[in-house]
Amino acid sequence: MNINFTLIAQAIAFAVLIWFTVKFVWPPLLNAIETRQKEIADGLAAAHEGRSALEVAAKKSEFTLNEAKQKASEIIGQAEKRGSQIVEEAKGNAKVEGERILAGAKAEIDQEVNRAKEGLRSQVSALAIAGAEKILRKEIDAKAHSEMLSKLAAEL
Amino acid sequence: MATEHADNAQQVLTPSGYIEHHLSFNAQPMTDGAGFWTLHVDTFVMSVALGLLVMGLVWLVARKATSGVPSKGQAFVELVFGFIDDQVKNIFHGNRHSFIAPTALTVFLWVFAMNSMDFLPVDWVAGIVSFFGGEHAKWRAVPTSDINTTFALALSVWILMIFFSIKVKGLGGWVHELFCSPFGSKVWVWPANFLFNLIEYVSKPLSHSLRLFGNMYAGEVIFLLLGLWAATGVSGTIFGAILGAGWSIFHILIVALQAFIFMMLTVVYLAMAHESH
Repeated sequence: MNINFTLIAQAIAFAVLIWFTVKFVWPPLLNAIETRQKEIADGLAAAHEGRSALEVAAKKSEFTLNEAKQKASEIIGQAEKRGSQIVEEAKGNAKVEGERILAGAKAEIDQEVNRAKEGLRSQVSALAIAGAEKILRKEIDAKAHSEMLSKLAAEL
Repeated sequence: MATEHADNAQQVLTPSGYIEHHLSFNAQPMTDGAGFWTLHVDTFVMSVALGLLVMGLVWLVARKATSGVPSKGQAFVELVFGFIDDQVKNIFHGNRHSFIAPTALTVFLWVFAMNSMDFLPVDWVAGIVSFFGGEHAKWRAVPTSDINTTFALALSVWILMIFFSIKVKGLGGWVHELFCSPFGSKVWVWPANFLFNLIEYVSKPLSHSLRLFGNMYAGEVIFLLLGLWAATGVSGTIFGAILGAGWSIFHILIVALQAFIFMMLTVVYLAMAHESH
């Protein structure tokens, strides 16, 4: 074993190698690995976040669906009620209309009857007057008794 | 194994000559006096080349690292990155990304690559080297079986340890800790504390470096012995090959394990330096 200058030369070589590694080898490797670690961690966090967001969305959609169903059944119920209401109303209207038409017809009939009565009355009075005239022609002066005669006719 | 002997290399192939040849460094004196000012060219060239290769490959991937879907290369590098980062995270509780974790990555990959050179068949390396550098050119392919390499790493970590100790606790805090831990701050236990800390500071780099060196050196010697056996004849070649394969497979474990242990001790020592007692 002889210790000689080789020792110093090797120590210098060692120092240079350490300097080289510290300066040029370690930092880029460390950087690459740490960046990748961070990216993976971020990715996992994002995946987790996405999963929980999906859960929330599923819950929300279920809720919305239920709400929509409820609203739809409500609307259908309302519509049914409204439909039956309309039918009832129509029935009522028809009844009223029918009664009205009936009443109108009755009134018209009454009117016709009255008119016929009136006509008959005036014809009877005219006939009575004509009969009376024929009987009284000679005795009664039409002019002198016209007032009395028209009075008579009005009374009939 | 004294390198001086290797220069009068044996012309005849003898077992001791074979082993000595393979355990000799390609030592080049830097001054006339040599002695300390000698450089093991094989150790230095192999370790720097491996360091550049392995950290360069990681850098090529890191440069284009994406936070999206990673390529296969990036996935592999990230696997190693995550492994090291996890280990450091369990031991050191501070800003590990600024220094300690990258250092751990460097230590692990570099030591692993240097240890792996043990898998190269020793005689192939010798063959290639003698092709270029002559028959007696020496080349040891495993930088971590050179005590200089393991000591260089361990001492660098040791200096970092003291540096971080002073940086975190202040010079006063560090000196206080030298004298007042682990037995307490009473004056009469100061010598015991100081002695204890002294032994700890000496033993840390020694055990740190010698563990790696011993494992890799022993592994290399066993490969050499098996290679020696293979030179004795047909049966030796067959058994040497079988046992060599077995040892190689077992050595995969040792290579990885020793790199891991060296890295873990580095992290533990640096983490301890950050803790106050």
